[in-house]
Amino acid sequence: MVIEHEYETVDLNINMGPVHPATHGVFRAVLAVDGELVVDVDPVIGYMHRGGEKLSENLDYRQGIGIQDRTDYLSQMNSEQAYVMAAEKLAGIEPPPRAEWIRVLCAELNRCASHFMFLGAYGQDIGTFGTAFSYAMRERERVMDLFEELTGERMMYSYFRVGGVAWDLPAGFERKVKTLLRHVLQGVNDFEGLLSQNEVFLARTRDIGVLTGEQALDYGLTGPMLRASGVDWDLRRDEPYSVYPQLKFTVPLGQNGDCWDRYNMRIQEIKESVKLVEQCLEMLPAGPIMPDKMPRMLRLPVGEIYVRTENPRGEYGIYLVSKGGNKPYRLKMRSPCFCNLSALREMCIGEYLSDAVAIIGALDLVMGEVDR
Amino acid sequence: MIGVIKAMGTTFKTALRRPVTVQYPEIHLPLPERERAFPLLLWDHDVDEPFCTGCQACERACPVECMTVTMRDNPKQKEGTSKRRKIVDTFWIDYGRCMRCNICVEVCNFDAIAMNNTWSGIERSAYDRRDLVMDMDELMSKSMAGQVTRWTPDDGSDEK
Repeated sequence: MVIEHEYETVDLNINMGPVHPATHGVFRAVLAVDGELVVDVDPVIGYMHRGGEKLSENLDYRQGIGIQDRTDYLSQMNSEQAYVMAAEKLAGIEPPPRAEWIRVLCAELNRCASHFMFLGAYGQDIGTFGTAFSYAMRERERVMDLFEELTGERMMYSYFRVGGVAWDLPAGFERKVKTLLRHVLQGVNDFEGLLSQNEVFLARTRDIGVLTGEQALDYGLTGPMLRASGVDWDLRRDEPYSVYPQLKFTVPLGQNGDCWDRYNMRIQEIKESVKLVEQCLEMLPAGPIMPDKMPRMLRLPVGEIYVRTENPRGEYGIYLVSKGGNKPYRLKMRSPCFCNLSALREMCIGEYLSDAVAIIGALDLVMGEVDR
Repeated sequence: MIGVIKAMGTTFKTALRRPVTVQYPEIHLPLPERERAFPLLLWDHDVDEPFCTGCQACERACPVECMTVTMRDNPKQKEGTSKRRKIVDTFWIDYGRCMRCNICVEVCNFDAIAMNNTWSGIERSAYDRRDLVMDMDELMSKSMAGQVTRWTPDDGSDEK
């Protein structure tokens, strides 16, 4: 973008990151600014590359689940689900219904936790320093406590297994989930009161970083980013996997495709997730959590498969190539954040420098997932 | 302006209730039974020897290769006091490498290894990473003192 001046000006390069509170990890953006306006953005990624795809080639299908936790460390359950579903489909294993329901229950609770993390961090980026963050962390903490009771870990759950889940729900878990859902709804309402119609917040997010539906599709955006631009696409509904066909929920849509819509998408999705978890609790069947005949060491037949799930950040895909044996020959993770990041340039150019932070924040970046 | 007042109202509402946090180093919240801190070896109090036979199943299954196990003949088997033909000779776990995935517990055929579900397994900071390599005495001591036992999953159907 070129801005017309009567006098000669020189663009100034401003470095943002890699260690910067608003970049959510180690993301670096080199911004070229003309006065206060951003004229170019050069994102630099790779600071958190750990080679998860390559590492997975040396790990068998149970060990590889740990890598999925660490890839997207805010929506571990969703990533694990994609991985185990890929292995199951290739091996032709049918998980028992109870395991499927527990998986969806965990994935939706994890979606709540992940979106709360976004809301808190986004408030932090915009400038409600600390206040929004502690409100969101309070609710996320409750979800994490519950997961700790279920799996024993607070973040790196490694709970799903190929064929089912590792353990059944502990005693009294369903009652605790019901209590939790009340708190989560209360937390969302608090948050809406705190930010949604707050004039200061609106001034920072309304009509900032606008993407039209066509642009969003062109850049391959997925998840809340895409739906904020008004494109009605949700894998859980349009290409249902697991038990989602039996669940009833609506897919919230944005109108303007600006940062406020992206924020609002997350708020609405938490409410939808609460509904989904409630339905899961109602319909949770009794029964085993693993199939009867599971081999001690899973060996997949030769073949390849692509499985995608709707993660909190978008479409998470696992492309698994097996040449027989107990390890994948190649494992490709399709990271939603990486694709969403590609639209950063389009969104930032022409905006004020201070709004660049709001735009990057609305991407809900998890750098562990971008760099993998 | 209304939005800002509403936001302040939310803040004031929460200002009146009690805090949800606790002062951590002074107060330790109870841990769930399934808490997964670092792995420990279990001690068979009946025979007064470890459950572990040194079969290296956990070593092979470990994704991060943090374990080293060796095996020897069990002298107690010759005496007739134990049924284990082989017994663990040495066992090291590098807690600095361990990623607490619970796979070693799952693959163990002798129920000889468990994840520490007490605070002693979590507060494990050290000044030197070499201090995090645990030998058999350190791995066994918690179980010998009866502080750590293996939890068995319940069927979760108590409310059905």
